[in-house]
Amino acid sequence: MTMLVQFIQRAVMQGVPLLFGSTGEILTEKSGHLNLGIPGIMYVGAISGVIGSFFYEDKVGAANINPFLAVLIPILTSILGSLVMGLIYCFLTVTLRANQNVTGLALTTFGVGFGNFFGGSLIKISGSDMPAITLSATSKCFKTTLPFANSLGVVGKLLFSYSFLAYVAIIIAIIASYVLNHTRTGLHLRAVGENPATADAAGINVNRYKYVTTIIGSIIAGLGGLYYVMDYASGIWSNGGFGDRGWLAVAIVIFAIWRPNMAIPASILFGGLFIVYNYVSIPGMGIEAQELFKMLPYIVTLVVLIITSMREKRESQPPQSLGLSYFREER
Amino acid sequence: MLGFHVVKRSKDAMPWWNAWLIRLGSILIGALVCALVTVLLTGKDPVNVFTTMVDGAFGSERRIWALLQGIAMLLCVSIAVTPAFKMRFWNIGAEGQALMGGLASAACMMFIGDRLPNWLMLIVMAVTSMLAGAIWGVIPALFKARWNTNETLFTLMMNYIAIQIVSYFICIYATGGSGKIDVLNATTHTGWMPSIGGKAYLLNVIVVLILTVIMYVYLKYSKQGYEIAVVGESENTAKYIGIDVRKVIIRTMIISGLLCGLAGFLLVSGADHTISRDTIAGRGFTAIMVSWLAKFNPLVMILTSFLLVFFEKGSSQVSQLCGLNASFSDIITGIIIFFIIGSEFFINFKIMKNEKEVKKS
Repeated sequence: MTMLVQFIQRAVMQGVPLLFGSTGEILTEKSGHLNLGIPGIMYVGAISGVIGSFFYEDKVGAANINPFLAVLIPILTSILGSLVMGLIYCFLTVTLRANQNVTGLALTTFGVGFGNFFGGSLIKISGSDMPAITLSATSKCFKTTLPFANSLGVVGKLLFSYSFLAYVAIIIAIIASYVLNHTRTGLHLRAVGENPATADAAGINVNRYKYVTTIIGSIIAGLGGLYYVMDYASGIWSNGGFGDRGWLAVAIVIFAIWRPNMAIPASILFGGLFIVYNYVSIPGMGIEAQELFKMLPYIVTLVVLIITSMREKRESQPPQSLGLSYFREER
Repeated sequence: MLGFHVVKRSKDAMPWWNAWLIRLGSILIGALVCALVTVLLTGKDPVNVFTTMVDGAFGSERRIWALLQGIAMLLCVSIAVTPAFKMRFWNIGAEGQALMGGLASAACMMFIGDRLPNWLMLIVMAVTSMLAGAIWGVIPALFKARWNTNETLFTLMMNYIAIQIVSYFICIYATGGSGKIDVLNATTHTGWMPSIGGKAYLLNVIVVLILTVIMYVYLKYSKQGYEIAVVGESENTAKYIGIDVRKVIIRTMIISGLLCGLAGFLLVSGADHTISRDTIAGRGFTAIMVSWLAKFNPLVMILTSFLLVFFEKGSSQVSQLCGLNASFSDIITGIIIFFIIGSEFFINFKIMKNEKEVKKS
């Protein structure tokens, strides 16, 4: 029982970065843009937060940081970093109508490189005397949980034991879902993603919708990176530590059939699949079998991808103009 | 209100040299931005940075061969993905396809050992690698052809499955607690690409060059190449003129997978002599950009892959000298690609003033 509770807790913690990433990607895809730069954006979101908090901790000393500022500064710098990434993507794909796949892949190359470069060289560049990037003090502020979580037994552990960013992720997903399905803005956005020409004819400013949603999507995804490094990794940056979670987030978009509210259980499920190898023990199974269990999230995604394409249900299809640039004068 | 609007250029409206001037200009501006970034981060003067980059790429005979090998390997994967891309089949699974090829090669080296003469061994390895790559490539194609399953995400997932399969075998065959497989057949050199005139990479380079020319001819002059182009331009047109689109998709992905597998073979047999999760080192993704930047023309890809490898080797030399992280080269590569991607706009579109010119035309 305790093992199960622990597993679910871990699955949720693994799922939060994925939820941020997939919510961001769903919004972006709803505007008709397949942003394969999400993995890079998440790296940049993470490292930007690290850079912000690194300079703050370095300046005032880890012992006397102000908890409020220690949380606010990384969030702001993280948002700034992902915003710039989103802006680059938008400028290239919306204004310059570049190929989305190529732009996205270039953005991922750039973003992952950016993250690992500053992760590996920040100390040298800033001339600080810290031995490694360990932002434990900041991480502690991020990890503050509700005080009554542990007194509520299993329910408290399962529902209330996470840090605030985890709840932010869920709230963002719910808001995104509401906006998409129940507001005029959401309707316009979906129109832009399905058929920009029609949306344009209806008087919707297509480019503005594309820009705003893609940038908001990037910012949300970037927060996933921030959660990972500040919370899951306890403020310790290790190069490549974030791994392929960004691609998993892209995969969850399909699993959640482009619905942010579906992304919540999907992310937790994927978070579980991501770590399930730690928890399965079949008699006679060697350590190498763990590597096969790590395939699970990808195989599940494939199965979902195949099933949705076989069923051809209209509700579960990607936005119709996904991946295509819109040019008003082209008919 | 005075403003601008954008007009699409008709095809061939711009002479080819003008388009290339724009691309060259964008690379130069990109290089300037890179220089600026480098100067800001390292505090070195730009001339110094540039000479360091050239030194890193061409500084010694060994470096030149490393550069050539890098170009050849990137070019090989780029050639492999090109037929698929020309067909608008977004195969971002070259990484996995090549890795499966590499795994097949490594397996041959492990299990066949000395039982075959080396020339036969190399052929066996090449064939199994190509088969492995083709199998990995054709699976998404089958689903695409039958159910129109999204190939971008399918091939992406196949990459990670391939990586985990490799990890699985590494776990089993790793030597001691090192967590990696040692250089295979280090004493006997069975299954190693022979060096020509003492140049270990020469054979790799030659094979890839031949492949490039064959692919150019295949795409430009063969009937199958023409079918690929038609399917890429418009599936409906293809159906209308009696092309079996499904067959073309599956056949092209088999070719693409075969060549990715070959790239894996060249990497394992001709360079690494072992297999690891990082054998392909992201080339499957970079190749997409190489291929796209060259407008799917294999001969131009020699140039684009040279460009990317030059910047990679050069900037890694800069970062090494300054004691900075090696990922510096990814930042530089990213910036350069952004500029080239952006420049395509000025080739395909024209910006016009909103006043007179429009009314006239």
